[in-house]
Amino acid sequence: MGLKRTPLDAAHQHLGARLIEFGGWQMPLYYTSIVQEHQAVRAAAGLFDVSHMGQIRARGPAAAEFLNGVLTNDLRKLPPGRGQYTLLCNERGGVVDDLYAFRTGPEEYLLITNASRLEADALRLEGRLAGCARRGDVDLENLSDHFGAVAVQGPKSAAFIDACFQPGPRAASGLRKNEIAPLHFMGQSLLVSRTGYTGEDGFEVIAPAQTMVALWNKVLEAGRPFGLKPAGLGARDTLRMEAAFPLYGHELDENTTPLEAGLGAFVALDKGDFTGRAALAGQKAAGPARTLVCFKMAERSAPPRPHYALWSAGAKPERLGEVTSGTQSPTLGVGIGMGYVPPPFAAANTAIAVEIRGRQTPAFVVPRPFYRRS
Amino acid sequence: MSANVPGDLRYAKSHEWIRVSGDTATVGISDHAQHELTDVVFVELPAVGRRLKAGESCAVVESVKTASDIYAPVSGEVVAANTQLGPHPELVNSAPYGEGWFFKIKLAHPGELDRLLSPDDYLKQIAP
Repeated sequence: MGLKRTPLDAAHQHLGARLIEFGGWQMPLYYTSIVQEHQAVRAAAGLFDVSHMGQIRARGPAAAEFLNGVLTNDLRKLPPGRGQYTLLCNERGGVVDDLYAFRTGPEEYLLITNASRLEADALRLEGRLAGCARRGDVDLENLSDHFGAVAVQGPKSAAFIDACFQPGPRAASGLRKNEIAPLHFMGQSLLVSRTGYTGEDGFEVIAPAQTMVALWNKVLEAGRPFGLKPAGLGARDTLRMEAAFPLYGHELDENTTPLEAGLGAFVALDKGDFTGRAALAGQKAAGPARTLVCFKMAERSAPPRPHYALWSAGAKPERLGEVTSGTQSPTLGVGIGMGYVPPPFAAANTAIAVEIRGRQTPAFVVPRPFYRRS
Repeated sequence: MSANVPGDLRYAKSHEWIRVSGDTATVGISDHAQHELTDVVFVELPAVGRRLKAGESCAVVESVKTASDIYAPVSGEVVAANTQLGPHPELVNSAPYGEGWFFKIKLAHPGELDRLLSPDDYLKQIAP
Protein backbone atom coordinates (compact mmCIF):
# COMPACT_ATOMS: atom_id res chain seq x y z
CA MET A 1 0.00 0.00 0.00
CA GLY A 2 1.28 3.46 -0.86
CA LEU A 3 1.51 6.64 1.18
CA LYS A 4 -1.63 8.27 2.52
CA ARG A 5 -2.53 11.54 0.84
CA THR A 6 -4.36 14.46 2.41
CA PRO A 7 -7.33 16.12 0.67
CA LEU A 8 -4.86 18.86 -0.37
CA ASP A 9 -2.38 16.56 -2.17
CA ALA A 10 -3.41 17.78 -5.64
CA ALA A 11 -3.14 21.40 -4.47
CA HIS A 12 0.44 20.80 -3.29
CA GLN A 13 1.39 19.22 -6.58
CA HIS A 14 -0.25 22.06 -8.50
CA LEU A 15 1.90 24.52 -6.51
CA GLY A 16 5.00 22.54 -7.41
CA ALA A 17 5.75 21.36 -3.88
CA ARG A 18 8.69 19.08 -3.19
CA LEU A 19 6.92 16.11 -1.59
CA ILE A 20 8.26 13.79 1.10
CA GLU A 21 7.03 10.97 3.30
CA PHE A 22 6.13 11.91 6.87
CA GLY A 23 4.40 9.60 9.36
CA GLY A 24 3.04 7.48 6.50
CA TRP A 25 1.72 10.51 4.61
CA GLN A 26 2.84 12.27 1.43
CA MET A 27 3.40 15.84 2.54
CA PRO A 28 4.98 19.02 1.12
CA LEU A 29 8.48 19.65 2.44
CA TYR A 30 8.57 23.06 0.74
CA TYR A 31 7.02 24.91 -2.19
CA THR A 32 9.80 27.42 -2.97
CA SER A 33 12.37 27.05 -0.18
CA ILE A 34 12.35 26.26 3.52
CA VAL A 35 14.03 29.57 4.39
CA GLN A 36 11.66 31.66 2.25
CA GLU A 37 8.59 30.01 3.77
CA HIS A 38 10.02 30.34 7.29
CA GLN A 39 10.65 34.05 6.75
CA ALA A 40 7.16 34.54 5.29
CA VAL A 41 5.65 33.17 8.53
CA ARG A 42 7.74 35.46 10.71
CA ALA A 43 7.10 38.55 8.56
CA ALA A 44 3.53 38.00 7.31
CA ALA A 45 1.82 34.60 7.25
CA GLY A 46 2.17 31.00 6.11
CA LEU A 47 -0.48 28.38 5.29
CA PHE A 48 0.26 24.81 6.32
CA ASP A 49 -1.60 21.59 5.51
CA VAL A 50 -1.82 19.75 8.84
CA SER A 51 -4.46 17.23 7.73
CA HIS A 52 -2.13 14.38 8.61
CA MET A 53 -2.69 15.02 12.31
CA GLY A 54 -5.20 12.88 14.20
CA GLN A 55 -8.56 13.83 15.71
CA ILE A 56 -10.02 11.67 18.48
CA ARG A 57 -13.28 12.66 20.16
CA ALA A 58 -14.46 11.62 23.63
CA ARG A 59 -18.06 12.44 24.61
CA GLY A 60 -20.33 11.68 27.52
CA PRO A 61 -20.79 12.25 31.24
CA ALA A 62 -17.58 10.35 32.10
CA ALA A 63 -15.46 11.71 29.23
CA ALA A 64 -13.65 14.31 31.36
CA GLU A 65 -12.95 11.85 34.14
CA PHE A 66 -11.71 9.24 31.68
CA LEU A 67 -9.36 11.62 29.86
CA ASN A 68 -8.12 13.23 33.05
CA GLY A 69 -7.10 9.78 34.24
CA VAL A 70 -4.86 9.26 31.24
CA LEU A 71 -3.54 12.73 30.22
CA THR A 72 -1.05 14.68 32.34
CA ASN A 73 -2.52 18.19 32.33
CA ASP A 74 -5.63 19.05 34.35
CA LEU A 75 -8.64 18.91 32.05
CA ARG A 76 -10.85 20.39 34.81
CA LYS A 77 -9.26 23.75 34.04
CA LEU A 78 -11.00 23.84 30.66
CA PRO A 79 -14.30 25.65 30.22
CA PRO A 80 -16.16 24.78 27.00
CA GLY A 81 -14.36 26.46 24.10
CA ARG A 82 -10.82 26.20 25.50
CA GLY A 83 -7.86 23.87 24.86
CA GLN A 84 -4.64 22.91 26.59
CA TYR A 85 -1.32 21.31 25.67
CA THR A 86 -1.01 17.95 27.38
CA LEU A 87 0.78 14.60 27.24
CA LEU A 88 -0.22 10.96 27.18
CA CYS A 89 2.24 8.87 29.17
CA ASN A 90 2.88 5.19 29.76
CA GLU A 91 3.11 3.63 33.23
CA ARG A 92 6.80 4.56 33.48
CA GLY A 93 6.02 8.23 32.81
CA GLY A 94 7.48 7.96 29.30
CA VAL A 95 5.72 10.04 26.64
CA VAL A 96 3.41 8.19 24.25
CA ASP A 97 2.39 11.46 22.57
CA ASP A 98 2.17 15.20 23.11
CA LEU A 99 -1.12 16.65 21.97
CA TYR A 100 -3.78 19.30 22.37
CA ALA A 101 -7.03 18.61 24.22
CA PHE A 102 -9.96 20.94 23.40
CA ARG A 103 -13.21 21.04 25.30
CA THR A 104 -15.62 21.50 22.41
CA GLY A 105 -18.82 21.09 24.46
CA PRO A 106 -20.01 20.62 28.06
CA GLU A 107 -19.28 16.88 27.81
CA GLU A 108 -17.22 16.75 24.64
CA TYR A 109 -13.46 16.77 24.08
CA LEU A 110 -11.39 16.71 20.92
CA LEU A 111 -7.79 15.48 20.99
CA ILE A 112 -5.42 16.59 18.23
CA THR A 113 -2.58 14.08 17.98
CA ASN A 114 0.68 13.70 16.07
CA ALA A 115 0.20 11.85 12.78
CA SER A 116 2.84 9.26 13.63
CA ARG A 117 1.29 8.52 17.04
CA LEU A 118 -2.43 8.40 16.20
CA GLU A 119 -2.55 4.61 16.14
CA ALA A 120 -0.59 4.27 19.38
CA ASP A 121 -2.84 6.86 21.04
CA ALA A 122 -6.07 5.24 19.85
CA LEU A 123 -4.94 1.78 20.99
CA ARG A 124 -3.94 3.06 24.40
CA LEU A 125 -7.14 5.04 24.91
CA GLU A 126 -9.38 2.18 23.72
CA GLY A 127 -7.49 -0.30 25.87
CA ARG A 128 -7.79 1.91 28.90
CA LEU A 129 -11.49 2.57 28.28
CA ALA A 130 -12.24 -1.15 27.99
CA GLY A 131 -11.08 -1.58 31.58
CA CYS A 132 -12.99 1.46 32.92
CA ALA A 133 -15.98 1.01 35.21
CA ARG A 134 -17.76 3.95 33.60
CA ARG A 135 -17.01 2.98 30.00
CA GLY A 136 -20.71 3.05 29.17
CA ASP A 137 -20.63 6.79 29.82
CA VAL A 138 -17.82 7.51 27.35
CA ASP A 139 -18.18 7.49 23.58
CA LEU A 140 -14.65 7.40 22.10
CA GLU A 141 -14.25 7.82 18.34
CA ASN A 142 -11.30 8.24 15.99
CA LEU A 143 -12.54 10.88 13.54
CA SER A 144 -9.27 11.36 11.67
CA ASP A 145 -10.48 9.94 8.37
CA HIS A 146 -13.32 12.46 8.23
CA PHE A 147 -11.35 15.62 8.86
CA GLY A 148 -8.54 17.67 7.44
CA ALA A 149 -6.89 20.73 8.94
CA VAL A 150 -4.81 23.77 8.05
CA ALA A 151 -2.72 26.14 10.14
CA VAL A 152 -2.52 29.85 9.32
CA GLN A 153 0.47 31.27 11.17
CA GLY A 154 2.13 34.69 11.28
CA PRO A 155 1.64 38.25 12.54
CA LYS A 156 -0.70 39.15 9.66
CA SER A 157 -3.01 36.13 10.16
CA ALA A 158 -5.59 38.03 12.21
CA ALA A 159 -5.86 40.67 9.49
CA PHE A 160 -7.42 38.32 6.92
CA ILE A 161 -8.71 35.29 8.82
CA ASP A 162 -12.23 36.69 9.27
CA ALA A 163 -12.63 37.09 5.50
CA CYS A 164 -12.36 33.29 5.23
CA PHE A 165 -15.54 32.57 7.17
CA GLN A 166 -19.20 33.50 6.98
CA PRO A 167 -20.13 36.38 9.31
CA GLY A 168 -21.59 35.22 12.61
CA PRO A 169 -21.78 35.85 16.34
CA ARG A 170 -18.09 35.04 16.77
CA ALA A 171 -15.14 36.17 14.70
CA ALA A 172 -11.95 34.12 14.42
CA SER A 173 -9.90 37.24 15.17
CA GLY A 174 -11.82 37.60 18.44
CA LEU A 175 -10.64 34.23 19.76
CA ARG A 176 -8.14 34.41 22.59
CA LYS A 177 -5.10 32.18 22.74
CA ASN A 178 -6.15 28.50 23.15
CA GLU A 179 -9.80 29.28 22.50
CA ILE A 180 -11.76 27.23 19.98
CA ALA A 181 -15.11 27.93 18.35
CA PRO A 182 -17.30 26.63 15.50
CA LEU A 183 -17.38 28.99 12.52
CA HIS A 184 -19.20 28.62 9.24
CA PHE A 185 -17.71 28.12 5.82
CA MET A 186 -19.78 27.22 2.74
CA GLY A 187 -22.62 26.17 5.01
CA GLN A 188 -20.38 23.76 6.97
CA SER A 189 -19.39 24.08 10.59
CA LEU A 190 -15.61 24.21 11.06
CA LEU A 191 -13.62 24.36 14.29
CA VAL A 192 -11.20 27.29 14.54
CA SER A 193 -8.67 27.63 17.37
CA ARG A 194 -6.14 30.32 18.21
CA THR A 195 -3.24 27.92 18.50
CA GLY A 196 -0.12 26.97 16.59
CA TYR A 197 3.33 25.44 16.48
CA THR A 198 5.44 28.34 15.21
CA GLY A 199 5.74 30.86 18.05
CA GLU A 200 3.66 33.37 16.04
CA ASP A 201 0.02 34.42 16.34
CA GLY A 202 -2.17 32.16 14.28
CA PHE A 203 -5.16 29.91 13.80
CA GLU A 204 -5.77 26.24 13.19
CA VAL A 205 -8.89 25.12 11.32
CA ILE A 206 -10.37 21.62 11.41
CA ALA A 207 -12.79 20.94 8.56
CA PRO A 208 -14.59 18.01 6.94
CA ALA A 209 -12.30 16.38 4.37
CA GLN A 210 -14.54 17.32 1.44
CA THR A 211 -14.35 21.04 2.36
CA MET A 212 -10.54 21.21 2.52
CA VAL A 213 -9.75 22.23 -1.05
CA ALA A 214 -12.25 25.11 -1.00
CA LEU A 215 -10.93 26.20 2.41
CA TRP A 216 -7.29 26.13 1.23
CA ASN A 217 -8.14 28.21 -1.82
CA LYS A 218 -10.21 30.68 0.21
CA VAL A 219 -7.43 31.24 2.73
CA LEU A 220 -4.85 31.72 -0.03
CA GLU A 221 -7.11 34.22 -1.78
CA ALA A 222 -7.78 36.18 1.42
CA GLY A 223 -4.18 36.07 2.62
CA ARG A 224 -2.06 36.63 -0.49
CA PRO A 225 -2.56 40.44 -0.45
CA PHE A 226 -1.12 40.35 3.10
CA GLY A 227 1.90 38.29 2.08
CA LEU A 228 0.52 34.82 2.92
CA LYS A 229 2.53 31.99 1.36
CA PRO A 230 1.95 28.24 1.38
CA ALA A 231 4.50 26.69 3.75
CA GLY A 232 5.67 23.09 4.12
CA LEU A 233 6.97 20.76 6.81
CA GLY A 234 10.52 22.03 6.41
CA ALA A 235 9.56 25.52 7.57
CA ARG A 236 7.21 24.04 10.19
CA ASP A 237 10.24 22.30 11.68
CA THR A 238 12.62 25.29 11.65
CA LEU A 239 9.90 27.54 13.07
CA ARG A 240 9.04 25.23 15.97
CA MET A 241 12.76 24.75 16.69
CA GLU A 242 13.24 28.51 17.04
CA ALA A 243 10.26 28.51 19.43
CA ALA A 244 11.88 25.57 21.29
CA PHE A 245 8.78 23.38 20.93
CA PRO A 246 9.42 19.65 21.19
CA LEU A 247 8.82 17.26 18.30
CA TYR A 248 7.78 13.69 19.08
CA GLY A 249 10.46 11.27 18.04
CA HIS A 250 13.14 13.88 18.74
CA GLU A 251 12.73 15.53 22.18
CA LEU A 252 9.97 13.13 23.24
CA ASP A 253 9.64 9.35 23.09
CA GLU A 254 8.41 6.48 25.24
CA ASN A 255 11.65 6.48 27.23
CA THR A 256 11.60 10.20 27.99
CA THR A 257 9.42 11.88 30.60
CA PRO A 258 7.79 15.31 30.40
CA LEU A 259 9.89 16.36 33.40
CA GLU A 260 13.15 15.60 31.58
CA ALA A 261 11.82 17.60 28.63
CA GLY A 262 11.10 20.65 30.78
CA LEU A 263 7.32 20.23 30.43
CA GLY A 264 6.52 19.99 34.15
CA ALA A 265 4.06 22.89 33.80
CA PHE A 266 1.80 20.52 31.83
CA VAL A 267 1.95 17.71 34.39
CA ALA A 268 -0.62 18.19 37.16
CA LEU A 269 0.70 15.79 39.80
CA ASP A 270 -1.85 17.11 42.30
CA LYS A 271 -5.00 16.55 40.24
CA GLY A 272 -5.45 12.93 41.22
CA ASP A 273 -4.25 9.73 39.63
CA PHE A 274 -3.36 9.42 35.94
CA THR A 275 -1.23 6.97 33.95
CA GLY A 276 2.40 7.47 34.88
CA ARG A 277 1.70 9.70 37.87
CA ALA A 278 3.53 7.55 40.42
CA ALA A 279 6.64 7.30 38.24
CA LEU A 280 6.62 11.04 37.54
CA ALA A 281 6.11 11.98 41.18
CA GLY A 282 9.06 9.75 42.06
CA GLN A 283 11.22 11.35 39.39
CA LYS A 284 10.26 14.83 40.52
CA ALA A 285 11.24 14.03 44.11
CA ALA A 286 14.57 12.49 43.10
CA GLY A 287 15.29 15.00 40.35
CA PRO A 288 15.54 13.86 36.71
CA ALA A 289 18.90 12.39 35.67
CA ARG A 290 18.93 14.39 32.46
CA THR A 291 17.37 17.59 31.25
CA LEU A 292 16.59 19.14 27.87
CA VAL A 293 18.61 22.23 26.99
CA CYS A 294 18.62 24.71 24.14
CA PHE A 295 22.01 25.68 22.77
CA LYS A 296 23.51 27.98 20.15
CA MET A 297 26.69 27.45 18.17
CA ALA A 298 29.36 29.86 19.40
CA GLU A 299 30.76 30.69 15.98
CA ARG A 300 30.01 30.28 12.29
CA SER A 301 29.93 26.52 11.74
CA ALA A 302 28.00 23.68 10.21
CA PRO A 303 24.61 23.39 11.92
CA PRO A 304 24.00 20.84 14.70
CA ARG A 305 21.94 17.84 13.59
CA PRO A 306 20.01 15.09 15.40
CA HIS A 307 22.26 12.41 16.95
CA TYR A 308 25.44 14.50 16.91
CA ALA A 309 27.18 13.94 20.27
CA LEU A 310 27.24 16.69 22.90
CA TRP A 311 30.40 17.06 24.98
CA SER A 312 31.43 19.21 27.91
CA ALA A 313 34.00 21.92 27.12
CA GLY A 314 37.45 22.01 28.66
CA ALA A 315 40.57 19.88 28.84
CA LYS A 316 38.91 16.50 29.51
CA PRO A 317 35.63 16.49 27.60
CA GLU A 318 32.87 14.27 28.92
CA ARG A 319 30.15 12.94 26.64
CA LEU A 320 26.93 14.54 27.83
CA GLY A 321 24.29 13.28 25.44
CA GLU A 322 23.05 13.83 21.90
CA VAL A 323 21.43 16.53 19.83
CA THR A 324 17.71 15.80 19.44
CA SER A 325 16.93 18.60 16.98
CA GLY A 326 19.19 21.09 15.24
CA THR A 327 19.33 23.44 12.28
CA GLN A 328 20.68 26.72 10.98
CA SER A 329 18.17 29.22 12.37
CA PRO A 330 16.83 31.37 9.51
CA THR A 331 15.83 34.14 11.94
CA LEU A 332 18.98 34.15 14.08
CA GLY A 333 21.52 33.26 11.38
CA VAL A 334 23.32 30.82 13.65
CA GLY A 335 23.15 27.09 14.38
CA ILE A 336 20.66 26.18 17.11
CA GLY A 337 19.73 22.89 18.70
CA MET A 338 18.22 20.99 21.61
CA GLY A 339 19.51 17.97 23.43
CA TYR A 340 19.60 16.16 26.77
CA VAL A 341 22.45 16.72 29.23
CA PRO A 342 23.01 15.92 32.92
CA PRO A 343 21.46 18.70 35.07
CA PRO A 344 24.83 20.20 36.15
CA PHE A 345 25.40 21.21 32.53
CA ALA A 346 21.98 22.79 32.00
CA ALA A 347 22.62 26.31 33.29
CA ALA A 348 22.44 29.16 30.76
CA ASN A 349 25.83 30.07 29.28
CA THR A 350 27.37 26.68 30.06
CA ALA A 351 30.00 26.07 27.39
CA ILE A 352 29.56 22.76 25.57
CA ALA A 353 30.73 21.26 22.31
CA VAL A 354 28.84 19.62 19.46
CA GLU A 355 30.73 16.87 17.68
CA ILE A 356 30.39 17.66 13.99
CA ARG A 357 32.14 15.21 11.68
CA GLY A 358 34.64 14.26 14.37
CA ARG A 359 35.40 17.83 15.49
CA GLN A 360 34.39 19.42 18.80
CA THR A 361 32.60 22.57 17.72
CA PRO A 362 31.94 25.17 20.45
CA ALA A 363 28.40 25.98 21.57
CA PHE A 364 26.71 27.29 24.71
CA VAL A 365 23.46 26.65 26.56
CA VAL A 366 20.82 29.35 26.19
CA PRO A 367 17.43 29.85 27.88
CA ARG A 368 14.38 28.83 25.87
CA PRO A 369 12.97 29.91 23.55
CA PHE A 370 15.51 30.99 20.94
CA TYR A 371 12.94 33.33 19.44
CA ARG A 372 9.94 35.01 20.97
CA ARG A 373 7.55 37.37 19.22
CA SER A 374 7.95 40.68 21.05
CA MET B 1 14.82 19.97 -12.48
CA SER B 2 17.10 22.78 -13.63
CA ALA B 3 18.46 22.43 -17.14
CA ASN B 4 21.20 25.01 -16.81
CA VAL B 5 24.14 22.87 -17.95
CA PRO B 6 26.96 25.02 -19.40
CA GLY B 7 28.60 23.53 -22.44
CA ASP B 8 32.22 24.29 -21.48
CA LEU B 9 32.22 22.08 -18.38
CA ARG B 10 32.40 18.42 -17.61
CA TYR B 11 30.25 16.76 -14.98
CA ALA B 12 30.36 13.92 -12.47
CA LYS B 13 27.36 11.62 -11.92
CA SER B 14 27.33 13.00 -8.37
CA HIS B 15 26.55 16.52 -9.73
CA GLU B 16 29.95 18.20 -9.41
CA TRP B 17 31.19 20.23 -12.39
CA ILE B 18 34.77 20.90 -13.41
CA ARG B 19 36.20 23.74 -15.54
CA VAL B 20 39.70 23.04 -16.82
CA SER B 21 42.28 25.75 -17.44
CA GLY B 22 45.67 24.32 -18.39
CA ASP B 23 46.79 21.94 -15.63
CA THR B 24 44.42 23.27 -12.95
CA ALA B 25 40.66 23.08 -12.73
CA THR B 26 37.83 24.68 -10.74
CA VAL B 27 35.18 22.48 -9.11
CA GLY B 28 31.64 23.29 -7.96
CA ILE B 29 28.17 21.79 -7.92
CA SER B 30 25.63 22.04 -10.73
CA ASP B 31 22.57 24.24 -10.88
CA HIS B 32 20.49 21.06 -10.65
CA ALA B 33 22.27 20.12 -7.43
CA GLN B 34 21.84 23.52 -5.77
CA HIS B 35 18.19 23.53 -6.78
CA GLU B 36 17.68 20.15 -5.09
CA LEU B 37 19.42 21.31 -1.92
CA THR B 38 17.73 24.71 -1.79
CA ASP B 39 19.10 27.06 0.86
CA VAL B 40 22.79 26.31 1.43
CA VAL B 41 23.74 27.43 4.94
CA PHE B 42 27.30 26.16 5.28
CA VAL B 43 30.08 24.71 3.13
CA GLU B 44 33.05 22.77 4.47
CA LEU B 45 35.93 22.85 1.99
CA PRO B 46 39.09 20.74 1.69
CA ALA B 47 42.28 22.28 3.04
CA VAL B 48 44.68 23.83 0.54
CA GLY B 49 47.48 21.34 -0.04
CA ARG B 50 45.32 18.27 0.47
CA ARG B 51 45.80 15.55 -2.14
CA LEU B 52 42.56 14.08 -3.42
CA LYS B 53 41.78 10.90 -5.31
CA ALA B 54 39.05 10.90 -7.93
CA GLY B 55 35.76 9.97 -6.25
CA GLU B 56 37.00 10.79 -2.77
CA SER B 57 34.61 12.65 -0.45
CA CYS B 58 36.30 16.03 -0.01
CA ALA B 59 33.73 18.66 0.96
CA VAL B 60 30.33 18.96 2.63
CA VAL B 61 27.41 21.17 1.64
CA GLU B 62 24.87 21.83 4.36
CA SER B 63 21.35 22.96 3.56
CA VAL B 64 18.74 23.72 6.20
CA LYS B 65 17.61 20.11 6.12
CA THR B 66 20.65 17.96 5.26
CA ALA B 67 24.37 17.59 4.89
CA SER B 68 25.59 16.30 1.49
CA ASP B 69 29.01 15.01 0.60
CA ILE B 70 30.87 16.44 -2.39
CA TYR B 71 33.25 14.14 -4.28
CA ALA B 72 36.43 15.07 -6.11
CA PRO B 73 35.74 14.58 -9.83
CA VAL B 74 39.47 14.06 -10.50
CA SER B 75 42.69 13.40 -8.59
CA GLY B 76 45.07 16.17 -7.65
CA GLU B 77 46.23 18.69 -5.08
CA VAL B 78 43.89 21.39 -3.77
CA VAL B 79 45.48 24.74 -4.62
CA ALA B 80 42.67 27.09 -3.59
CA ALA B 81 39.41 27.01 -1.64
CA ASN B 82 36.66 29.60 -2.08
CA THR B 83 36.84 31.60 1.15
CA GLN B 84 33.77 33.66 0.05
CA LEU B 85 31.58 30.66 0.86
CA GLY B 86 32.28 31.18 4.57
CA PRO B 87 30.41 34.49 4.92
CA HIS B 88 28.22 33.86 1.85
CA PRO B 89 27.18 30.21 1.50
CA GLU B 90 24.16 31.38 -0.51
CA LEU B 91 26.48 31.99 -3.49
CA VAL B 92 26.22 28.26 -4.14
CA ASN B 93 22.52 28.80 -4.86
CA SER B 94 22.74 32.12 -6.69
CA ALA B 95 25.89 31.49 -8.77
CA PRO B 96 26.68 27.76 -8.82
CA TYR B 97 28.94 28.02 -11.90
CA GLY B 98 30.52 31.37 -10.98
CA GLU B 99 31.11 32.89 -7.57
CA GLY B 100 29.74 29.75 -5.87
CA TRP B 101 32.80 27.65 -6.91
CA PHE B 102 34.19 25.32 -4.22
CA PHE B 103 37.90 24.70 -4.82
CA LYS B 104 40.64 24.61 -7.42
CA ILE B 105 42.70 21.50 -8.02
CA LYS B 106 45.99 20.84 -9.83
CA LEU B 107 45.29 17.83 -12.04
CA ALA B 108 47.36 14.74 -11.24
CA HIS B 109 46.02 12.67 -14.18
CA PRO B 110 44.35 14.76 -16.92
CA GLY B 111 43.21 11.49 -18.56
CA GLU B 112 40.64 11.16 -15.79
CA LEU B 113 38.63 13.95 -17.43
CA ASP B 114 37.55 11.48 -20.11
CA ARG B 115 35.69 9.47 -17.47
CA LEU B 116 33.43 12.43 -16.69
CA LEU B 117 30.12 13.22 -18.35
CA SER B 118 29.75 15.60 -21.26
CA PRO B 119 27.14 18.35 -20.86
CA ASP B 120 24.73 16.30 -23.03
CA ASP B 121 25.23 13.13 -20.98
CA TYR B 122 24.76 15.04 -17.71
CA LEU B 123 21.62 16.67 -19.06
CA LYS B 124 20.29 13.21 -19.98
CA GLN B 125 21.01 12.04 -16.43
CA ILE B 126 19.07 14.84 -14.77
CA ALA B 127 16.24 15.10 -17.30
CA PRO B 128 15.65 11.65 -18.79
